[in-house]
Amino acid sequence: MINNMSNTGMQAGEMVVDNLVKTYGTDILTKVVLDDCSFVLERSKLTVLVGPSGCGKSTIINVLAGYEKPTSGRVLLDGEQISGPGPDRLVVFQETALFPWMTTFENVAYGPEVRKEMKGKELRDAVMHLLELVGLEDFRDKYPTQLSGGMQRRTELVRAMINHPKVMFMDEPFRGLDAMTRSLMQEYYVRLFEEHRGTNLFITSELEEGIFLADRLVILTNQPCRVKKIMNVDLPRPRDFSVMGSSEYLNIKREALELLHEEAMKSFASGAVNAADFLEAYSHMGEDQAKPRSHV
Amino acid sequence: MTTDTVANGAKGVSVGLPGAPQAPQKQTSDFRLTLIRLKFWLKSPSPYLNILGLAGFLLFWYLTTEVLKLPLFEKLPGPTATLDEWLSHDPMFGISFFTLEYYQHIGISIWRVFQAFALATMLGVPIGLFMGWKKTFKDYTFPLLEVLRPIPMLAWVPLSILMWPGREASIVFLTFLGSFFATVLNTLLGVESIDECYFRAAASLGASEKQIFSKVIVPGALPFIFTGLQISMGYAWFSLVAGEMLAGEFGLGYLIWNSYTLVQYPVIIIAMITLGVIGSLSSLIIRLVGDKLMQWKVREAAQ
Repeated sequence: MINNMSNTGMQAGEMVVDNLVKTYGTDILTKVVLDDCSFVLERSKLTVLVGPSGCGKSTIINVLAGYEKPTSGRVLLDGEQISGPGPDRLVVFQETALFPWMTTFENVAYGPEVRKEMKGKELRDAVMHLLELVGLEDFRDKYPTQLSGGMQRRTELVRAMINHPKVMFMDEPFRGLDAMTRSLMQEYYVRLFEEHRGTNLFITSELEEGIFLADRLVILTNQPCRVKKIMNVDLPRPRDFSVMGSSEYLNIKREALELLHEEAMKSFASGAVNAADFLEAYSHMGEDQAKPRSHV
Repeated sequence: MTTDTVANGAKGVSVGLPGAPQAPQKQTSDFRLTLIRLKFWLKSPSPYLNILGLAGFLLFWYLTTEVLKLPLFEKLPGPTATLDEWLSHDPMFGISFFTLEYYQHIGISIWRVFQAFALATMLGVPIGLFMGWKKTFKDYTFPLLEVLRPIPMLAWVPLSILMWPGREASIVFLTFLGSFFATVLNTLLGVESIDECYFRAAASLGASEKQIFSKVIVPGALPFIFTGLQISMGYAWFSLVAGEMLAGEFGLGYLIWNSYTLVQYPVIIIAMITLGVIGSLSSLIIRLVGDKLMQWKVREAAQ
């Protein structure tokens, strides 16, 4: 797949996840993390997986990106079974994975450079264009440690985007940023997505972030991770935060909350360790759902 | 993708963009960076405390040996006696700033350390990198390394005299051994300290094994490698002096031992201080080379 990639970039891909099971350990120590997960990442759509922390969301990305092999089930990209990691499926990680020994420019240029797809002026122009899109053109010669958290995430976004992946995975990429930076990053990201219309998979434990970004919302259960429900989010695009006041948004949110709350109650009843936190988190979110968010 | 739409889109969020209000930043030049650091250092209390500490030690040495002549210290040469000898045009024991012999001893010691350290680095760094890169190679070699490494250098003296034809080669060999294991171990630790996420990122972006080696493993391990080289330089001087004391005909280690047997005590102090200064300078050189190669570490510290 890597070989027949064209210089002009790849088409958005479609990814089918079919009865995915992932267990760790053997015999009596077996822990089922993913239990029969099936969903489709539709072409040029932004799919958001929402579930409580620790439910196995990152495992899904690790399997889909090819870092880990599924115990059973299939993952197909445009009809072909995936084997190992590759530049057609790129991950933007929770923690920054920018190479600390490379400047912003070198980090972004890394992918096309190692695959010898672009060089010289062509590469420079492509990198600078993307850096301008995310407002980092003046920081091209800075090292990652000299950038703020938000700038690091933006660099990481464009480092993935320059490779025109068929699918992009976002593993809670804005986690750990302060609220202000986080909402800015959400706007940046939604712009970039609306501009490029690639196939995106975004993982989050924040329902509000999920609905704001999503075309399709996949609600996951806790331990083991299953698909609870897939909802279509037909909010108008281009989106900005004003959408969060619309009745449509609130309806989706209410329905999703009910599902998540039900899930929380279930795992609480079955005595799951993190169920109490889970329950508290989603009950709390229900209370203030009618209130407008402060930055809207 | 058209820039227009995005520029419009970005307008909505440009108000509080992190970084946007800051003026375009240029990388400060190396020279200016050094000057700025020097200025800050001179303004801080550090340099004056440094001098005070050294002066305190000299005073202690002077009082105990030359004024009070305390029981433990009475046989030791004091600072004035040492300095007199060191600065004399016609030194009593033949070693001073103005004798050729002094520089011959220094020169031969530096040359031995240089050969041994260069060899240890040229062999140790690649072996350490390779051990970290290929699990199988590590499985073969790591137990051997762990058994050989703790053997004190002095224990190698008989073997190295038996193995090598001349004294010169056996001293260099001892010095090499002292420095080699530290270099290998620190390089290996350096590779193992590289976070898994960088390997994943590189593999995802389509880097080949060789590209991962040159663009991730080598730069990622560099900070540890240079820490290791500083340590191994210390070991090299340690082993050198041990080797020269036992088998040398020249060199600072030989000079110390020879002066002891000939009861030329001030020369011992001269050679010891010389060793201390040269040892520090050699560490400093390694650190400067490291800073040069790891701008990303230096810049991080500068801001």
